[in-house]
Amino acid sequence: MDLQVIAFWIIAFVTLGSALAVVYLTNIVHSALALIMTFLGIASLYLTLHADFLAAVQVLVYAGAVSILIVFGIMLITRGEGRMCETNTFGKYKYTAFVVIAALFGVISYFIIITPWQVTNGIVAEENMGTIGEVLFNNFVIPFELAAILLTVAMIGAIVIAREVKNLK
Amino acid sequence: MITLNHYLLLSAILFCIGLYGALSKKNAIAILISIELMLNAVNVNLVAITKFLTPGDITGQIFALFVIVVAACEVALGLAIVVAIYRDRSTVEVENLDWLKW
Repeated sequence: MDLQVIAFWIIAFVTLGSALAVVYLTNIVHSALALIMTFLGIASLYLTLHADFLAAVQVLVYAGAVSILIVFGIMLITRGEGRMCETNTFGKYKYTAFVVIAALFGVISYFIIITPWQVTNGIVAEENMGTIGEVLFNNFVIPFELAAILLTVAMIGAIVIAREVKNLK
Repeated sequence: MITLNHYLLLSAILFCIGLYGALSKKNAIAILISIELMLNAVNVNLVAITKFLTPGDITGQIFALFVIVVAACEVALGLAIVVAIYRDRSTVEVENLDWLKW
């Protein structure tokens, strides 16, 4: 068997297993840890797709920043009254949601399989970080600047929303 | 041989797991986590399609970068809203958030 095939299956099982753990664990801290594992699995999936820069961004932004932000949020709002094992339970739509996603997965996989994908056997350049930089600053320079503005607005908005409200009484 | 269908089915399964969490969980932070899973599944789709269908073109990876930016904004604002709700109501279970219901 090819090494790439083995790598794909190992990564797929680790990623999907930890994604299931995110949903099914009932302690929300354990869910957050499984979420980091899922992000790392997806980063290695990018490596098998020759997207080195995106793998690095995934590790930095998701496995680094977003997971720390989520853990901080959990710390701020979970006043554990000694019952951390029940902080991430299912609501009343557990079975309805299962029916919905089973139907959705059936539809998606049916259309994936019947679509005649026109696969071209070119090879993605191994070193595509320079290409990403050139395309980003030539063709996509306005969305790039808009992304910067969006990040600033989101940061200021998050500070304003989460700030301690002065007591009006 | 790993084909495009393997990657697309993998990301479909990941998307469905995330959607299941987003629909069925009680805790608002768990719902945010599930939405992150769904956005990651979309990114896997974009990168896989770049690799297999348009190998000389890099546009899919650029789109994945923008999705990552928007996802970072979304999780920051979402957590800020959850913290504000918790300060007001002392709970983040979405079944208790019913201001708009009468």
